[in-house]
Amino acid sequence: MTLPQKIFAVITCLLLFAIILYLVKKGKLREEYSWLWLLTGLVLLVLVLWYDILLFFTKLIGAVLPTTTLFLFGIVFLILLSLHFAIKISILTDQVKNLAQKLSLLEAQKDSTARKS
Amino acid sequence: MNKKCIIIPVFNEEQNIFSVIKGVKQYSDIDLIVIDDGSIDQTAAKCSEAGAFVIRHPFNMGYGVALQTGYKYALIKGYKYLLQMDGDGQHDPKYIPEFFRLIESNECDVALGSRFIEDRNFKVGILKFIGICLFRFVIRAFTGEKITDPTSGYQCLRREVFTAFTDDTFPCDYPDANVIIMLHRMGFRVKEIPVDMYPNPSGRSMHRGIHTVMYYLFKLILSIFIILIREKSVYHLKEWD
Repeated sequence: MTLPQKIFAVITCLLLFAIILYLVKKGKLREEYSWLWLLTGLVLLVLVLWYDILLFFTKLIGAVLPTTTLFLFGIVFLILLSLHFAIKISILTDQVKNLAQKLSLLEAQKDSTARKS
Repeated sequence: MNKKCIIIPVFNEEQNIFSVIKGVKQYSDIDLIVIDDGSIDQTAAKCSEAGAFVIRHPFNMGYGVALQTGYKYALIKGYKYLLQMDGDGQHDPKYIPEFFRLIESNECDVALGSRFIEDRNFKVGILKFIGICLFRFVIRAFTGEKITDPTSGYQCLRREVFTAFTDDTFPCDYPDANVIIMLHRMGFRVKEIPVDMYPNPSGRSMHRGIHTVMYYLFKLILSIFIILIREKSVYHLKEWD
């Protein structure tokens, strides 16, 4: 890994950390969603700074260049994040549906009671 | 409290719903509940005018969700038997007494209205016919049951059945042939009765265009696959509060 590549990777990871911490502090990103981003930033930072580990993983997955390993980790993270959001959206969809149904039933019952009285 | 109810899910049906409700009232004095799935026309007003009890969704969530709202209402109100029919005038209300007779005499848990069990010369489009044949085959293969009209929405259910359908496992996207397989896995008895159905008076259909039909087929096959791979214990009977 060349020095400019290393510097670029470290700056990217640190920027990612800073943005996530800022968003959590401002309340724009919930803590439960921040940990996956922070973990990824940390893993990428460790891989960039600890070159031997990067080489070990590169050899383990059969890649030629260490940068390939970094990109692979990035893509795996994005896939996991998408899956995480898909699960959350599925839960939220059910919750919104159940809430809307409950609201409809309560309103209908309220109207019915009002009409009777 | 009347132990029977009829639920009609509707969406933008101001043209047909008044006559549908009047038609139903001709054949029964059973409690009639219309679930207005976020219509933006005068559907809800027409339903009230015709004398139906209306439950209004705050926004459009689809046919399956509207049906499920009806099941939840029937569960809360303690109904024992529920009949569901479409609000576009396709289902002939003269069969309502026969549906309830079948369920009340404990011949089955779910009575399905079928256009094809007797030759009533009902015409369907080629794509729909292919879909019906496909789902007949799939249901026969996985349940051993011969269902002639797997896409019929004209159904009568026992309380235990609609209680089970209030759960989140109910396939709200497209409750169709997949529900029949689900019923079989739950151990409920399904029986078909011959009924007449008519084309939608306004010529509309839920499944318009080749891409809609293909998407519908894909979603239904996926839903059947998911029902088959799920543990039977997922489908438990639970009271909804």
